[in-house]
Amino acid sequence: MRNFLSDKCTELKPSGIRRFFDVVSEMPDAISLGVGEPDFDTPWHIREEGIYSLERGRTFYTSNAGLKELKTEICHYLKRRQGLSYEPDTDVIITVGGSEAIDIAMRAMLNPGDEVLIPQPSYVSYEPCCLLADGVPVIIELKEKDEFRLKPAQLLEAITDKTKLLVLPFPNNPTGSVMTKEDLETIAPILIEKDIFVLSDEIYSELTYGRQHVSIAAIPGMKERSIVINGFSKAYAMTGWRLGYAAGPGEIISQMVKIHQYAIMCAPTTSQYAAVEAMRNGDRDVENMREAYNGRRRYLLHAMKEMGLECFEPMGAFYIFPNISRFGMSSEEFATRLLTQEKVAVVPGSAFGDCGEGFIRISYAYSLEDLKEAIGRVSRFVSRLT
Amino acid sequence: MREKILWMLEKNSRIDLKDLAIMLGVDEATVANEIARMEKENIICGYHTMINWENTSEEKVIALIEVRVTPQRGMGFDKLAERIYQYEEVQTVYLMSGGYDFTVILDGKTLREVSQFVSDKLATLDSVLSTSTHFVLKKYKEHGTILAKKPKDERMLVTP
Repeated sequence: MRNFLSDKCTELKPSGIRRFFDVVSEMPDAISLGVGEPDFDTPWHIREEGIYSLERGRTFYTSNAGLKELKTEICHYLKRRQGLSYEPDTDVIITVGGSEAIDIAMRAMLNPGDEVLIPQPSYVSYEPCCLLADGVPVIIELKEKDEFRLKPAQLLEAITDKTKLLVLPFPNNPTGSVMTKEDLETIAPILIEKDIFVLSDEIYSELTYGRQHVSIAAIPGMKERSIVINGFSKAYAMTGWRLGYAAGPGEIISQMVKIHQYAIMCAPTTSQYAAVEAMRNGDRDVENMREAYNGRRRYLLHAMKEMGLECFEPMGAFYIFPNISRFGMSSEEFATRLLTQEKVAVVPGSAFGDCGEGFIRISYAYSLEDLKEAIGRVSRFVSRLT
Repeated sequence: MREKILWMLEKNSRIDLKDLAIMLGVDEATVANEIARMEKENIICGYHTMINWENTSEEKVIALIEVRVTPQRGMGFDKLAERIYQYEEVQTVYLMSGGYDFTVILDGKTLREVSQFVSDKLATLDSVLSTSTHFVLKKYKEHGTILAKKPKDERMLVTP
């Protein structure tokens, strides 16, 4: 029989996190610090709005780009929180999670051979999405000494004549690193001068501790060369609703809508109605969750210090990314041994790129009681190693 | 800082002082001092335990009583309330706006005990015009806490 598979697809590496997931699945009584989604339930008023939309029989497709009502609320939100002005009719598309937005943005923008700069460690889907869109991923290795921020020198070094797009994944999963306004101002002139576009994945924008998130699109001269990707999963604890969005220049968004209309049709209608409520009345929920995450973040950082694990202070998302290189084993080995000996699941840093080697990702999307139990075990494990 | 401490304590009054300080990003002595001061100022009035008596063998009857009164000269609502809340079986007394004056929540061992209290003690007070007693059939949520069985974490163990 002929080989019916696409070479492009078969050559794609399976995600490292998948592999680890399979290991963990065989240990159902393990406790986990490995989850990349909030532990909170979606706030009830938002769920209730979803239920109400079903009761009212709003079970049809919406327009391809999404409910006008929701797009308008998103524009209000981006204006209110980040000072960005977008037109709901032309500049916004509602997608199936931020993930879809990443995929269709790349497909809308890349020609074969176009180079895409991807800073790592970062979320697992940028590189495969780029490859599937015939782009050439160029990895930039972020450094712990820079607190995993993208530095202008690194950016300059990676740029070639073929560079078209920079993925900017901040606040960052898995490192928790953020790029401040000042950090963004150091890279913006380079991007403008070299005429490079930015795909800014800001899914964790509501979860920063200390200073409020600043979007690259808010830096003068950058809005016209940025696609801002965001969504409802992290801020409103709505991962299973699968709802995200992209905002950017109309010429690009309209191409994204084209792909989206053929591949997806429209984002789930129930989720869109629930999201309208989240945008209108969800600020308090976000604030409460942020406050809770921040307390746990401080708790974990303190615990790391006490057990002698080196860890820079992450100011965003809900992860810490301690350095485990001094134990002389790979991060996968560390995670596997921690799992088998103490039944605690963490994610090896190498799942987020080669330069994540030597680190592990610990999530604090858990209650304090759960964190305490798990950290007690990690600490026991670490003390046996030293 | 005070509000933040209260926020955390309201959810978990047994939280370790050290953990509380770490989570708020201040040192332990500051938190301890602030709590002591709030106790003195009657901002923190107690540290009670929330018990779901339904899951014990202890019998308990809880009644919510609406009380209408005529406040008398020289004896406003506060004085009247005092005469009611001094009873040990009275758990809660609120002064209300609207159709009646006091909400009284009563914690008794038996139905008989509760009805006796209402007929003998409460209804006979001079200023009390009428009472209307409602018995609690089931508690679903109290003090912001849902009393049903704790839901288990249904997330997958590892996700990107």
